[in-house]
Formats: sequence, C-alpha cells, structure tokens
Amino acid sequence: MQNDTTPAWVYIVIATAGVVAPLLFPAYTNQIAFLWLMVLFALTWDLVGGQMGYNSLGNIFYFGAGMYISAVVQVGMFTDVGTYTSARGGEQLVLGYFDYFYSLGAGVLLAAVGCVIFAVILSRIMFGLRGPYFAIGTLGVALAARELAGTWEWIGGGSGIAMPVYPGLPDEKSLVFYGIFFMLAVVTFVCVRWLYSTRFAQAINAIRDDEAKAEAMGIHTLRHKTVAWSVSAFFLGMSGAVFGNLTGFVEPLEVAFPTVTFGIFMVVMSLLGGKGTLWGPVIGATLFHVIKEVTWTYLLGWQWVALGVLIIVNVVFFQDGIMGWMQSRWPERFGITVDASMSSRGGKRKGGAGA
Amino acid sequence: MNESLIVVENVSKAFGGVVANSNISLSVPEGRITGLIGPNGSGKTTLFNSIVGYHPVDSGSIRFQGREISKLRVQRIARLGMLRTFQQTRIYSKMDCVQNMLISVPHRNTRFFDMFTRFPPQTLEKAESLLEFVGLYQKRHLISGDLSFGQQKLLEFAMALMNDPKVLLLDEPTAGINPTLINGLIDRLKRANSEFGITLFVIEHNMRVIMNLAESIYCLAHGEMLAYGTPDDIQNDQRVIDAYLGAH
Repeated sequence: MQNDTTPAWVYIVIATAGVVAPLLFPAYTNQIAFLWLMVLFALTWDLVGGQMGYNSLGNIFYFGAGMYISAVVQVGMFTDVGTYTSARGGEQLVLGYFDYFYSLGAGVLLAAVGCVIFAVILSRIMFGLRGPYFAIGTLGVALAARELAGTWEWIGGGSGIAMPVYPGLPDEKSLVFYGIFFMLAVVTFVCVRWLYSTRFAQAINAIRDDEAKAEAMGIHTLRHKTVAWSVSAFFLGMSGAVFGNLTGFVEPLEVAFPTVTFGIFMVVMSLLGGKGTLWGPVIGATLFHVIKEVTWTYLLGWQWVALGVLIIVNVVFFQDGIMGWMQSRWPERFGITVDASMSSRGGKRKGGAGA
Repeated sequence: MNESLIVVENVSKAFGGVVANSNISLSVPEGRITGLIGPNGSGKTTLFNSIVGYHPVDSGSIRFQGREISKLRVQRIARLGMLRTFQQTRIYSKMDCVQNMLISVPHRNTRFFDMFTRFPPQTLEKAESLLEFVGLYQKRHLISGDLSFGQQKLLEFAMALMNDPKVLLLDEPTAGINPTLINGLIDRLKRANSEFGITLFVIEHNMRVIMNLAESIYCLAHGEMLAYGTPDDIQNDQRVIDAYLGAH
C-alpha cells in the first residue's frame, strides 16, 4: 500500500452522504448504519487478512467479546450482574440520559481495551499457525467462545443479557446509533489509512509476501502481527459493544458470535472489493451490503443462493477483487510504471545493467 | 591476518538418519571474500542454515564476533548484522522494488514505536541509489514479482546491501543468471566487499565465478570438510577433483 492519493472530493462526497443519508431515507436508518458496520468489518479484516496475509475466520470473536464486556460493564455499573441475568429478563434496566450514555461510553471503551488484551494473548498462541491452519485455528477460537458464552450462567448463558433500555424514542435511538456507527467507521478508516502510510504497512506486506524472508531480514514479525491484530480487535470490540446496545439484547449464537453470517461476510467483502488495498474493503462492503439487502427484499427464499453465486463469481473470475482487477487493468494509474531515466540524477545513460 | 568474523567449530547436523554436516569447522575472516563449494548434497546450504539460526545444530559451536549464536533465532542473528540470501530467490513479490528496499533497512536498533513512523527521505535516496547500483533504477516502481528471475536476484542482493550487514552469506548468487550478466554481478559483489566493507561468504557452483571471486575456499563433500585453501590450491587438489567427478 502506498500513500493515499484519493482526490478530496471523494472524501467530501462520502462524508456528505454519511450525514445526509439518514435524513433523506429515515426508513432505512438502521440499514445504512449496518452499512457502516460492514465497512468497519471489512477494513479491520483486511488489515490482518489482506495486508498481512493472515486469513482469520475468527475475527468475529472480538465483536462478540466486546459486546459481552460492554454488557457486563454497563449492567454492572447499576446492579449485580449475576442477579440481573438469573432473573432472565424479568428485570429491565431503565436509565436516564446521563447514566445511559455515561455507561455506554464506559462499556465501549472497556470493550476496546479488553479486546486488545485478548488480541495480545491470542497473538502469542495463534500466530504460530500459518496459512490454512491459522484460518481454522481462529475459527475454532470464535466457535469455542460462542459455546463458552452459552454455558456461562453469570453472563446469562444461552438466554443472554438484556441491555439497558434507551431512554428516548425509537427513531431517536436509530439516529443516535447511526451517528455512532458512522463515526466508528470513519475513525477506523482514518486509522488504517494512517497506518498504511507508515513503515508498518511495508512490514506487514512483507510478512504477507514472504514471512521467512522477513524473519531472515530481521523484521520483528511477531511484534507487527500483534499490533495489526490488536488494532483490528480494538475497533471490532467497540463495534460489538455498540451493536449490542442497538439490538438491546445480547446472546451468543445470533447476536454476539454470528460466525457464519458476519464472520464470513467480513472475508467476502474484503475479497470482493480487493484485499490488501485501502479502498477495496470499503467498496466491497458497500456493494455486498446493497446486494444483500436487495436480495433479502426481492429474492426472499433465494437470498443465500444469490450470495453464494456472488461469492463463486468473485472467487472464480475476480480473485483479486474489484481493486485488484483495476490495478492489473490500468497499472499506470496505480504508479506501476517504468521510469525513462536510468539514474536518480536524471541522466539517460545507455546500457546500465538491467537483466 | 584479519580477525575471524564467523567461527564454526565441530558443527554437526543430522536430519533423521541423514548426516548433513559432520564435525565442520571453518572461519570467515573479516573484510574478505570466502567461498564454500562442494558437489550437490554435500551440506553447504545446511551449514548456511545452521549459521543463520534457521535450525538448531546437534552439536558444536558457532560464534559471530566472538559471541555464541548457535542458540539464537533467525531474527536475532539477522539483527546482529549477519544476513543471508536464498538459493531460491526470495523477495516480497507483491510489493514494488522501492518498497522491497525500504523495508529492508536494518532493524538493529528499532524500538516499538518506530513502526508508526515514516521512512526518512535519506532512506528513499539510499534505496534508489542501491537500485541504481544493481541496475534496477528504471524498474523501481514495478511489482517485484513481475521482474525476470535474474532481476529478482539483483533486487535481493540490493535488499541485503540496504540492511548494512557486517557479513553477507550468499547462497549461489549467480545461479540462473544470464552468463553475460555474471561478470557484472561478480564486479558488484567485489565492490560491495571493497567499497561497503561487507564480508562475504559465498556458496557457488560456478567454478569460474568462485575462483575469480574468493580469496580462500572451503570444499565440502558428503557433509565433511574436504579441503581448504586458495583458489589455486583447491583447483589442483586431487581430492576436490575426485569429489566433483564422483570418484567416491
């Protein structure tokens, strides 16, 4: 990845669209909020899977872990968690505006911190695995977490935890959470965009292309891998915390650890847009989300088939995704050019020593 | 006599029942070019791998600048300033040449937060001048995996130089390179040695190259040290000739 040369108008259009969209289409506020969540998913997956070449199938773990951490923190600030969950939803936490947002803020923050700690620990264990073993290993982590959460009575087990009730009206809640998801996606994008402009980007790209070579050149590979996954976990943890609050109810199978939906969507969106690029995940997430919403509306009953066809077309015909296809089609637009001058001093001497 | 930069003493390495190296001792003097030859399967690459920490040795000692390194891992040894290139050229194939060069900077003194900084302009200048040194300046913005095999080999050599190593272990630097370019490469290896002061330890199959390049040569056969001497000694050593022609 090189320095971002995206023209300013692209950012202006996206920012404007982000602000105006829920006002223009109030009926679709939640759908557009989920679009930003998908962008965040794709960006954080691509940081590890695309840029660093470690195809994780278990990134959803941080989403669910963040969600549970925030639930425990938010509930625990006002009542005893064990008693609350054993009441099985018989008790609801109704808070005022100040308490609600104060505890939400604390929950989201601690979810982020907690997920980073998980990522540091898991990095030590999982990054010993390479290629498909890493993919299966991380999938195992997500599935194990899902089963554990389902049996741990203190956090509600299989019947879950009800989150504090939003103090205002439903429409207002939608708008507020839209704003939070939009901001999270923007902050994630700005963060990875900045990361890709530092030497960190070259280091993780080197790990992707040839890790043994990177080791032989003295690069601190584990250090870079840990940081990459931690950044990913940081944002996924926050997104999980916010998602739990939007849904209002946290349970392990469908909400916290949806391995076969969100967990796979992350991968598919990055592949569709073009993994290992800055814009690929954003484009992929947008396209995927739109196609998904349209097929869910107009092809109900066939929606999974339609998604399957999309994945097959993607993997068979456009392996490098949309951005990768564009790069091989118009390499000069991506700065892949032969320089006419033979020397850094600009002289065009003959001969040289090309092989 | 120069000080020895690398000292290998009685190193043995076996893979299962196959003894790849048995009781190998050698030393690589600082600032010189030392060669390592031997028929296929004689244990040259295994010895290289042992020295750079790619796998643990069964017995014996390897010292670099007087420090025991036989227990250290690859990355630590690389950061001490001992670098190797691979027989099968290894570059970062989806990055362009300049990026390949930039990330090859020495990582000896990097601290944790250095990973979030950008490369200073001097680093880019150095990368470009080294690419010019190996003749890849024009192609510096091409994806390195699209270069020809010979060019990739030159890029790998330039990446090694970018790392400012004290010693460079080259595993068959001229294999697969167009014969007309070999002279250019020998010239560059010699200049890397004389101008940049990098000690070279070279595995080579091409006799013309190694005799031209190295000041002293070790010869391995069947995992054992067969002979040591100047290029002239080696060329006239009957045991070496027998080993290559298969008298064993």
